[in-house]
Amino acid sequence: MSDRHPLFMPLILVGGLIFGFGLGFSHMARPEVVLDFLQFTDFGLLFVMFGAAIVTGIAFAIMPRLGKPAPLTGKAYSRRLKSFDRNVLIGGAVFGVGWGLSGICPGAAYASLGIGNVTILWALAGMFAGAYLQGVWRSRQAVDEAAPTGAD
Amino acid sequence: MVAEIVPLALVDQPFPNGIYRYAVGGLLVGLGAAVIYLGTGIIAGASTFLESTLSYVSDQSRFQRYRASRDWRVVFSVGIVLGAAVYAVFWQGGAWTTDVQPWRLLLGGLFVGIGTRIGKGCTSGHGVCGVGSASKTSIVGVITFLTVAIVTAQLVAALGVSP
Repeated sequence: MSDRHPLFMPLILVGGLIFGFGLGFSHMARPEVVLDFLQFTDFGLLFVMFGAAIVTGIAFAIMPRLGKPAPLTGKAYSRRLKSFDRNVLIGGAVFGVGWGLSGICPGAAYASLGIGNVTILWALAGMFAGAYLQGVWRSRQAVDEAAPTGAD
Repeated sequence: MVAEIVPLALVDQPFPNGIYRYAVGGLLVGLGAAVIYLGTGIIAGASTFLESTLSYVSDQSRFQRYRASRDWRVVFSVGIVLGAAVYAVFWQGGAWTTDVQPWRLLLGGLFVGIGTRIGKGCTSGHGVCGVGSASKTSIVGVITFLTVAIVTAQLVAALGVSP
């Protein structure tokens, strides 16, 4: 990590500050507002998600074409493309149940803490517990797959 | 029954709180991700922090794969908390707390924690950065979690749970 550009961490912090301020300003850090959207009484969330996607979309469309690496990391610019498989559907559905039940998602939960919503610690505790459970399960799965022959 | 599940406010007033706060907030969320991308080429999502941070306290192989990114993900998340705090102090006029019941937050959080990690992303990873990348995987992911979340929220409301 010692070869990392001195401005790397400050830039990540500034990006996080703008991101979190935007979540606060858009009221996405309030579970009630998200639940209002999911119950079709306020469609504002669409402006947040698509407004944000348009801004990132412009950056993701332009930067890879310039053919230059990122100044602070030397990393090549790319788009966010993940492989599609069953996990996207299963995980998406499980995430949907949680989002619909609580009105809270990871980024908005961190921002919620920032707007003084200490009650959100319940949701954060749940998220870490959930991430831990799936991590333990998938670590075991990885060991099983790496084993040379199965006994079954 | 159907009329109860899908309120007629749908056609009445789609934006009872206006669109300014949502549109401006959304552009800023995108700007935050874009600033990090322009400087570093990194496409940041918010949910990987949950797993990468666990690598500090757990030796499970699944978490250790995020060792290289865990430090900046902590900084990113601290930034999100502080950025929202700046909003709270200067615009919101103090702390705000939710009325949504703790059991909903805890149980919902548990599902979110499991689902977002199995499903390769959350509302920021898939919803903002993936959709911004015109990724088919992310678009399918968003449609999946949006549909299930709408059904879940409507069911919970229909069962009389509020808030």
